[in-house]
Amino acid sequence: MAEKVEKRAIIGWRNLALGCAILEPGSSMHLLTGTWRLQRPVVDPEKCNQCGLCHIYCPDLAMTKTAAGTYEPDLNYCKGCGICAEECPKDAITLVEEKE
Amino acid sequence: MKIALESFEKFDPQHLPEFEPLAPGHRACQGCGEVLALRLAAKALGREMMVISATGCMEIISSAYPQTAWRVPWLHVAFENTAAVASGVEAALRIMKEKGKIARDDIPILAVAGDGGTADIGLQALSGALERGHNFIYLCLDNEAYMNTGIQRSSLTPYGAATTTSPPGKLSMGESHFKKDMPAIAVAHKIPYVATVNPAFYLDLMNKVKKASLIKGPAYIHAFSPCPTGWRHEGRYAVKIARLAVQTRVFPLYEVINGKYFLNRKISKPKPVREYLKLQRRFAHLTEEDIEIIQENVNNEYDRLLRLSQAVDLESKLTTSFQEYIDQLKLQMDEAYQKLRAEFQHT
Amino acid sequence: MPTRTPMEVSIAVAKAVQQADVDVIAAYPITPQTHIVEHLSELVANGELQAHFMNVESEHSAISAMVGAAAAGASTFTATSSQGLALMHEILFIAASLRLPIVMVVANRALSGPISIWNDHSDIMAERDIGWIQVFCETGQEAYDAILHAFRVVRDPNVVLPMVVNIDGFNLTHVIEPIYLFEQEELGDYLPEHRQSLKLDIDHPITMGPVGIPEVYTEAKKQVEDALINSKQVILAAWQEFGRRFGRAYAPIETYRVEDAQILLMTMGVISRTAMGAVDRLRDAGKPVGLIRCRLWRPFPLPEFREAVRQASIIAVIDRHISLGAHSGPVGQEVRSALYTLPNRPQVFDFVLGLGGRDVTVHDFLEIVELAEQYATQGPPESEYTLIGLREV
Ligand SMILES: Cc1ncc(C[n+]2csc(CCOP(=O)(O)OP(=O)(O)O)c2C)c(N)n1
Ligand code: SF4
Ligand code: SF4
Ligand code: SF4
Ligand SMILES: [Mg+2]
Repeated sequence: MAEKVEKRAIIGWRNLALGCAILEPGSSMHLLTGTWRLQRPVVDPEKCNQCGLCHIYCPDLAMTKTAAGTYEPDLNYCKGCGICAEECPKDAITLVEEKE
Repeated sequence: MKIALESFEKFDPQHLPEFEPLAPGHRACQGCGEVLALRLAAKALGREMMVISATGCMEIISSAYPQTAWRVPWLHVAFENTAAVASGVEAALRIMKEKGKIARDDIPILAVAGDGGTADIGLQALSGALERGHNFIYLCLDNEAYMNTGIQRSSLTPYGAATTTSPPGKLSMGESHFKKDMPAIAVAHKIPYVATVNPAFYLDLMNKVKKASLIKGPAYIHAFSPCPTGWRHEGRYAVKIARLAVQTRVFPLYEVINGKYFLNRKISKPKPVREYLKLQRRFAHLTEEDIEIIQENVNNEYDRLLRLSQAVDLESKLTTSFQEYIDQLKLQMDEAYQKLRAEFQHT
Repeated sequence: MPTRTPMEVSIAVAKAVQQADVDVIAAYPITPQTHIVEHLSELVANGELQAHFMNVESEHSAISAMVGAAAAGASTFTATSSQGLALMHEILFIAASLRLPIVMVVANRALSGPISIWNDHSDIMAERDIGWIQVFCETGQEAYDAILHAFRVVRDPNVVLPMVVNIDGFNLTHVIEPIYLFEQEELGDYLPEHRQSLKLDIDHPITMGPVGIPEVYTEAKKQVEDALINSKQVILAAWQEFGRRFGRAYAPIETYRVEDAQILLMTMGVISRTAMGAVDRLRDAGKPVGLIRCRLWRPFPLPEFREAVRQASIIAVIDRHISLGAHSGPVGQEVRSALYTLPNRPQVFDFVLGLGGRDVTVHDFLEIVELAEQYATQGPPESEYTLIGLREV
């Protein structure tokens, strides 16, 4: 019985913040939307000129700067839309099929 | 307002702010141009701001309990009242500061709604808020239909587009009306700042949002927002389509400052609208004639904007020459007066 | 007892709002609410009340602006009536669900159609389930006091809910009554400062009004219901404290000449005075008739109500709203369901009267008592409720 209830509700009403507010800013980070991906962007750091356009145009804030100054997708959040590959002025990004 | 604009410093493309008010993990569709426009607008304002959101895609994808994509204070109340809610927030901050209850009332308030939440059901609340002169930024994310409920047409759905309630059929070629001129409606309220933005032109977008935050009074920003799901285009083309909208003159980038139009990007060699239309399957059913009608409308609208912005140039010329004329007149009168005075003193 | 000065009730209400030191008022004019907000705008214009008075373009925006202002941490007030309240409908639930301490006066007026500017309770009865605390007033003094109570109650950290003070349109809002207004110093700390724990704050960014997925919606509703039910304790304490300090006592269910009463009239709002007149006459004639008046309507004071009717054998419930297609008016339904589980319950007869400003007279109540007695002895009427004063042809 208790198990059944837990499966349906994610939080007891007594623990709910006032007015059902969400108190942890940016908690969507817990949601790994990378699982939606069918294609994965692969960056060729050799071709990359570090312009950052892939980062600025990524709707999912997935393209992140590496220590080397080039960019890599954060596969936890990259949904594989392909905008980065389309917009990269150096054609440094290719999309590959995501296998399982 | 002049002072605010004079001190306005544009973003340095090499050093854009790192803080992202909208976090990853939101649930927008792959390649959503609307969330991209929202993210960039939020980024321009930074950590110290508040977002008031209408019901719609952006609300749903960013706030499904128990996770939020927002790192700044965010409030959603209903679909049609965003501008009214923002009015309340703004008025509250102002009076509480005046009464010494809080320290600051200069926190930018970004009210966000879709085309439906703005041009249709929310138009009255928006009109009221603009007329009352609240100090806030209203961002209309225009993806040209009610996407959240499944791609129904709105008054900002473009001519010819197929939606689930403007389907092409034996007696129909899709949406049969041209878009309502929403920025012009905002301008008619005589507010200090109106602008159009487009996520493909991200610096322009961010600069305009920042500018809007520095101006006292209401600012209305209309954002072109590609929606791969509703427009039926490949996700990867969202930015490309946004750019084409400007290059074909379908969505000109302009500002209206104190009622004066400034065309920010003159497109001297426009691409044919066909190039913009052909990437989106919502237009796939259109005939050559339909496309011709759309092209003509785009030409006319662009010409109208061009004339409006040229009127500003002309007016500034006129005012200078008129000023010169007045100055001369003053000089002559002054001389005549001195002469008279001298004569008078002699007698 | 300090001396009372004659004044229009709306003016006294505005005065109470001023004394509560509200920050933001947003309102849209509708008869018979107008005098309240007009006077408030005057107080703001004269610098006698430091608040922002927002002339919104509709009631929908009035309540929306209140929600925004309250979410930003401001003390808020609005007033409306009838069509205006109906236009707010959608947002009323949200205000409660967001737990925002808004105070609103509803100058009760009939709902259209046909359009009517006159008094009944059909506006508020369509909003019974919105999650707001709701009280009804009988006199001008009570209306003034009720606003003060309201601000104390909604500001209580254990409540943090919006509250409606119902004041009968015209029959109370526009009448001139002797009312005693407190000096601000006299009020002292009866009204706590407005403080909110959760609000829009850049130093503590929270997300307010998220999507209530099925796995949380029930819990979110339960939270509001719990706060509403528990608000009764705070309301009772606020009334008690008011009585202790200022000598005027209030109860959720008021009684009048109920000693050994076999027949109880049950009313809400200003017509209770007329009903008292009828009770006096009947008592003079030796009839064991009394009156109970429901002041606290939401949360419904179940134990107090049951206690008040324990010894009666007949309750004649007065409804000022017609619940089309139901078997009785809303108050009648409430009373019947409140008594249903009791082993010994009085007979309940429901009477609908005073719709759309139709005069309510002592004679009406005499007739109601007579009918109730008749139903009790000769069997209930064909219809589960009786429309008083209806003209057939
Ligand atoms: C009063 C009301 N009517 C209808 C709806 C249903 N509804 C929710 S979102 C929406 C469409 C939103 O369209 P738009 O404003 O263009 O935003 P988008 O989802 O396209 O970003 C509709 C019709 C509602 N929530 N409230
Ligand atoms: S867009 Fe291309 S070149 Fe620019 S940073 Fe990204 S990968 Fe490098
Ligand atoms: S594929 Fe799309 S989501 Fe992934 S990094 Fe590129 S732009 Fe971002
Ligand atoms: S439907 Fe369109 S606007 Fe909505 S989230 Fe998906 S892509 Fe974005
Ligand atoms: Mg839309």
